[in-house]
Amino acid sequence: MKEENVIEVNQLTKTFGDFTAVNTISFEVKKGEIFGFLGANGAGKTTAMKMLIGISKPSSGEATVAGFDVYSQPESIKKNIGYMSQKFALYDDLTVKENITFFGGIYGLPRKKIWEKREQLISELGLENISNKLVGSLPLGWKQKLSFSVSLLHDPKIVFLDEPTGGVDPITRRQFWEMIYKAADQGTTIFVTTHYMDEAEYCDRVSIMVEGKIEALDTPKKLKEQFKVDSMNDVFLKLARIPSPTLPKGKGENTDCN
Amino acid sequence: MGISLSNISKSYKKVKAVQDISFKVNPGELFGLIGPDGAGKTTIFRILTTLLIPDKGTATVAGFDVVKDFKAIRKAVGYMPGRFSLYQDLTVEENLTFFATIFGTTIEENYDLIEDIYVQIEPFKDRRAGKLSGGMKQKLALSCALIHKPKVLFLDEPTTGVDPVSRKEFWEMLKRLQKKGITILVSTPYMDEAALCDRIALIQGGEILEIDTPEAIVSQFPKTIYNVGADNMYKLIQSLQQYEHVYSVFPFGEFVHYTDQRDSFEMADLQSYLEKEGLTDINIEVTHPNIEDAFMELAR
Amino acid sequence: MKRFIGFIKKEFYHIFRDRRSLFILFGMPIAQILLFGFAITNEINNVDIAILDHSKDASTEEIINKISASKYFTVKQILTREADIETAFKKGKIKAVLNFEKHFSRNLIKQNQATIQIITDATDPNTANSITNYINAILQNYQQEKNRAIVVEYQIIPQTRMVYNPELKSVFMFVPGVMTIILMLVSAMMTSISITREKELGTMEILLVSPLKPFQVIIGKVVPYIFLSVINAAVIVLLSIFIFKMPLQGSLILLGLESVLFIITSLALGILISTIAETQQSAMMISLMGLMLPVILLSGFIFPISSMPVALQVISNIIPAKWFIIIIKGIMLKGVGMAFIWKETLILMGMTLFFIGLSVKKYKIRLE
Repeated sequence: MKEENVIEVNQLTKTFGDFTAVNTISFEVKKGEIFGFLGANGAGKTTAMKMLIGISKPSSGEATVAGFDVYSQPESIKKNIGYMSQKFALYDDLTVKENITFFGGIYGLPRKKIWEKREQLISELGLENISNKLVGSLPLGWKQKLSFSVSLLHDPKIVFLDEPTGGVDPITRRQFWEMIYKAADQGTTIFVTTHYMDEAEYCDRVSIMVEGKIEALDTPKKLKEQFKVDSMNDVFLKLARIPSPTLPKGKGENTDCN
Repeated sequence: MGISLSNISKSYKKVKAVQDISFKVNPGELFGLIGPDGAGKTTIFRILTTLLIPDKGTATVAGFDVVKDFKAIRKAVGYMPGRFSLYQDLTVEENLTFFATIFGTTIEENYDLIEDIYVQIEPFKDRRAGKLSGGMKQKLALSCALIHKPKVLFLDEPTTGVDPVSRKEFWEMLKRLQKKGITILVSTPYMDEAALCDRIALIQGGEILEIDTPEAIVSQFPKTIYNVGADNMYKLIQSLQQYEHVYSVFPFGEFVHYTDQRDSFEMADLQSYLEKEGLTDINIEVTHPNIEDAFMELAR
Repeated sequence: MKRFIGFIKKEFYHIFRDRRSLFILFGMPIAQILLFGFAITNEINNVDIAILDHSKDASTEEIINKISASKYFTVKQILTREADIETAFKKGKIKAVLNFEKHFSRNLIKQNQATIQIITDATDPNTANSITNYINAILQNYQQEKNRAIVVEYQIIPQTRMVYNPELKSVFMFVPGVMTIILMLVSAMMTSISITREKELGTMEILLVSPLKPFQVIIGKVVPYIFLSVINAAVIVLLSIFIFKMPLQGSLILLGLESVLFIITSLALGILISTIAETQQSAMMISLMGLMLPVILLSGFIFPISSMPVALQVISNIIPAKWFIIIIKGIMLKGVGMAFIWKETLILMGMTLFFIGLSVKKYKIRLE
């Protein structure tokens, strides 16, 4: 299998006034890789991710996502990526089926395809009995699994996950990671943004952002060896200087604070 | 001065939030409620802080009944709800002064108790709370909950959404507070924080799975856990799940935690099975169970 | 007491730090009063009319001169054919057309009778009505002048006198209404929002788990808004007196006291709303839909209650604003004292006690 890069980032920078939120970061993500994008609140990870998914224009530097340029082809990027965040995932007041149909629809899938995918997805997740129930009535873990499947509906090349498993019970969480491994095994690239260090342990490679810069980038194993510690949490503790106590000025409130 | 709950149940409309919960927190203890979102942690906190009346059962805090003596409890406890409840448009100092005033005290009077927490945010005392980072908000919220020298401190998910550095500092602060004789009940969804408590209750779906010291819970784990690694994670999980003697398979970071149905088993058997399945770079070794393993075993 | 003062101090911080709300709080009354005073009016002034004169004789000329000499009308167009009437209206500039029949003077003298057709644009019925009335008045006046020489055997001359607002200034009618709306809005909406905000933020949980008593929290929320509302009321009264020359016939102290009473009524309503609403957004919706609309529609502020269907007239009685408007009109325009408005005052007091009682009963010392 040829190792092809689906995300290429070179010297990417975003400034807000005097404040540099993302400072000349560079990295590549390979096809089928599970890439962890870590950092404390306010380190700039959300800003960086917004540039990659085509909803924020970089100040300088280059980046291509799924082969498309972030400056000139943001619309093509959006068609080729999936997105799931812990905060917003599905509509609580729509049923399981309605949610799937709706999200299939906004990605322009033909009706017949949506119908096929919907049945397939419901049976894979074992949701047959509750497919007509409101999503709001489902347990958090099911919602998140469903939400991840929905983000894969249009067979995106890359899925961006924003703190996908925070607060979920340990068993469901592992089922969730199994789904992620499966998707990655089938060639989908997974880009996980998180500040939960135990999520980082599951990634193939992780980058750690501190104050707008990528301070470390390697496999969790090598990072742990490099810093002579047992967990990603300790790697992070060693790397992160005492974080700046307040959110940087000129950024507005909580743009990066989840 | 401790906390005790016996047979507490509470439902919201049809949903059972907590069911038949009983446990005791000894005076001066740092007790952790460990469980995922929706386990019922917040409901227990609200019952103990007199904000909710239980449907069934009784509970006391510092010797007072949570229903009858709610006024006495409200004077004696400090409470830090989830999502640090601060006034975003008030400065750090104004927030603290306000909470001191409504509890009929002043910052100066109890400064010794909050000193080592507050000094870290004091340089920003004129900044509005809304402009603080998560870690700083957390410290301010803790200072506010402590300002009236409570005997019992309730902290509902104080470390959720806070970066690892701030989490570590926060637990160090709790240890110091405990030394000053304050009973602390803290909840968290992070299993790795369990080890920092004196005793913990593992809770899921409104029911308690186990109550004990973290060490005891881990040592009672009935199986030997094997750390299994290979080149292809997805294939490894699939293969292990199909292994005829499998008891449980859980991905744990870059490895998989595997337990076998048999009491004695040869790693070499598994090794050759996995090789047959086409996996390479296979690595099997015995490892120690942790709280998360214990939790999953209990929740099975 | 120290706790309580600390609480009020905090409330004032909230209010003064929220620049936008503060601007709305004080900008809105001024804007509304000026808007209602200058722009929105029932009076007619300089209405453009057209004339279609088939006679062109001495009498018609006299009448036309009389009409165009009045400040109410401006003759914009002289039409020549009946067909032009419709085009003139359609262009929209002309609000009325006066159509004099042929041989107007001759008919007047010979047959003692001549006709003028008054055609008005009734897309705005109120204005159309006023225009007709004004023109009728001018014609009547002309008739009387003509008849002075002739002795008529019996004649009834109605002598109208408009009291309390002799110039029929509509601003006199709007000021009490605007004042009512503003006080209601500031008091009810702002308090309900400020209480629900604490629920949303989670700070209400901490306040509940503190030695502060529920009534202290409520009073603490209310006091700053009483203060702000009184300032607002004063600003409105001053503006209406000094800019619109509205008279203040009655006692200023009585007006002040009645205003405070109404402010308390509205605050009680605000607290009641906050016990029902869980979010700031729903508090705002309930305040707007539940309070503003009835005040505007059913209080007699814009639409006279006496001309409403009976059912609505009955409903209007439960709207506090209705009674307050009667009270202010009484004090400011008629100069009446307590002897004349005790009934309305009592009703307001009763309502206030009812709302306070209800909200104290509904106020939860726990979360459920």
